[in-house]
Amino acid sequence: MNKIIKELVTPFVAIIIAILIGACVMILTGHNPLTAYGALFSGAFGSTVNLSNTMANAIPLILSGLGVAIAFKAGLFNIGAEGQYWIGSMAAVWIGYSVHGLPPILHISLAVLVSILAAGLWAGIIPGLAKALVGAHEVITTMMMSYIAIFLSHYMLENGPMMQPGFVPQSPVILPSAMLGKIVDRTQLSWGLVIALVVCVIVYWLLYKTTLGYRLRAVGLNSRAAKYAGINVSFNLVLALFISGMLAGLAGVVQMLGVQHRLYDSFSSGYGFTAIVVAILANNNPFGVILASIFFAALSTGGQSMQLVSGVPAHLTDVISGIIIFLIASKDVISLVQKRWRRRHSLAPVKEA
Amino acid sequence: MLWDTLARPDLWAATLAMATPIALPALGGTFSERSGVVNIAMEGIMLIGAFFGVLFSFYTHSAWLGLLGALLMGALISALFAYVTVSLGADQVIVGMSINIFAAGLTAFLLNTIFGYGGTPRETPALPNLTIPGISDIPFVGPILGSQNVVVYLMFFLVFASHYFLFHTNLGLRIRAVGENPQAADTAGLNVRNLRYLGVMIGGMLSSLGGVYLALGLLNSFEVNMSGGRGYIAMAAMIFGKWTPFGSLGAALLFGFATALSMILQGGGISSNIIQMLPYALTILALTGLVGRSTAPAADGIPYNPNK
Repeated sequence: MNKIIKELVTPFVAIIIAILIGACVMILTGHNPLTAYGALFSGAFGSTVNLSNTMANAIPLILSGLGVAIAFKAGLFNIGAEGQYWIGSMAAVWIGYSVHGLPPILHISLAVLVSILAAGLWAGIIPGLAKALVGAHEVITTMMMSYIAIFLSHYMLENGPMMQPGFVPQSPVILPSAMLGKIVDRTQLSWGLVIALVVCVIVYWLLYKTTLGYRLRAVGLNSRAAKYAGINVSFNLVLALFISGMLAGLAGVVQMLGVQHRLYDSFSSGYGFTAIVVAILANNNPFGVILASIFFAALSTGGQSMQLVSGVPAHLTDVISGIIIFLIASKDVISLVQKRWRRRHSLAPVKEA
Repeated sequence: MLWDTLARPDLWAATLAMATPIALPALGGTFSERSGVVNIAMEGIMLIGAFFGVLFSFYTHSAWLGLLGALLMGALISALFAYVTVSLGADQVIVGMSINIFAAGLTAFLLNTIFGYGGTPRETPALPNLTIPGISDIPFVGPILGSQNVVVYLMFFLVFASHYFLFHTNLGLRIRAVGENPQAADTAGLNVRNLRYLGVMIGGMLSSLGGVYLALGLLNSFEVNMSGGRGYIAMAAMIFGKWTPFGSLGAALLFGFATALSMILQGGGISSNIIQMLPYALTILALTGLVGRSTAPAADGIPYNPNK
């Protein structure tokens, strides 16, 4: 219990400080922070519809956030979740509209399987092998693969093979047999939420209750020690990126089958990048990912009504997100500095001698 | 058909125009990483430069003061970045990301707060295009090199100056030394911390200048997220250019060419989207050693702790 509280302190303090800074900015720009935050809160949680939409927004964040977190646990920074999300989305929509005559359960399963495999390979093969074989840094390779994926989706949609007949660059709508049902009617909240929660438990189990998870974490903590303990580091690096990509891809699948039902031409979904922020705020804890996802989803749905009601531009929520991550990154440092300072003081006489 | 396209001077003029906002932050990244600090915050710093360039230019009625103000803000935000990563030893990639998110939010927020929802004012003074007498009259070369925005020429100058600074001056050698082996540099009496601050802050100003070019050179307005990923492409250019000024320029020209070609080919023949993938694919190939292995400075990304 104490351990849980300890883990919650840092993100909690970071959030409070960021919200206070946000309030100062509002006061400086002539807005009332209480009205603004009130509007944000009720816009995010104030009614069944708002709450449902916030939860719906949280689903792709939970899944891609888990993906980034599992890579972090193996010592890898998968910055390309956005691209893996697109690969998953493309594959899911393609299966969704082109495969006919399957019952829903099979159609959905097929779409999920093919898509997460595609996204997993997208992350695992090139960035994974490049890291394992020649040590190419995964921050760069996954980011580059991400842009390639986004341009691939432009190619598919802009007069490409996946474009619906007509002039609008978008794919056909998926068949009803591939759609996930809604939990709450007339909102975006689909049964994808259950998928996300189940996957979260699976990821926890995988990381902490299996040999595979133990090996991944060992590689992440100290790859050299892991190697001497007989763990195949290269294999585990590729595997970690593969699983990470599958999860980010699943975020795309659930978003396509549950909410969008077709692929639109766009520069970014935003989910893949927010996923990194989610994983950092959650300190890579699978259950923390759920909380962090709901938090950022609330910021984004609530931000819109904050702008409408109080006139504070919704972009202020991005400023707040940036500050939170900045504080968390430097908070680790602050405790480190304290520790070092204490140690230095206890060692000081020895050092002088 | 291909030769006809390649013979069009506007293709090459656009290549230069598109390469400049990649070359400047790539040069900035080179300074930062040569001193041993991984900087993925170029994207955010470009936005800061672009927004504050417009803001200062509008209120001072001078595009040059706008540029100056933007450089100052670029230096300021990278000083903050340097404080947390160099002095406190925080994770450089995570802090860089947080700055990108923060800068995107801040500039969009300030845009709406200060200028409303209708965009920045049209009467904002812009940086001028220069017409170089003599060159601008030469056929083919004239339309390419003879009348570009002043920042394009400045960029060429800065590439040469950076090469000279990094590889032919004492201070440049010192910056590279703390990026390769900070322990040895420290032992030799160099101030690792200050040199890294210097590298990061020069880098920040160069990235900021890239943003100024977008806002005051190309478009004469600030738009939300107008850097459009160029800070990340710049990182690719820096790596593809093997962490050198000339290499960064060469890569930026290649990437700028890909963009210009895709703009000109729009709607015809080869898909422009496929062409635009090339820079990213080439960068991966360069990193894996398939086309001339790129190796980062040895201490790149590792915070230096003198007590260890």
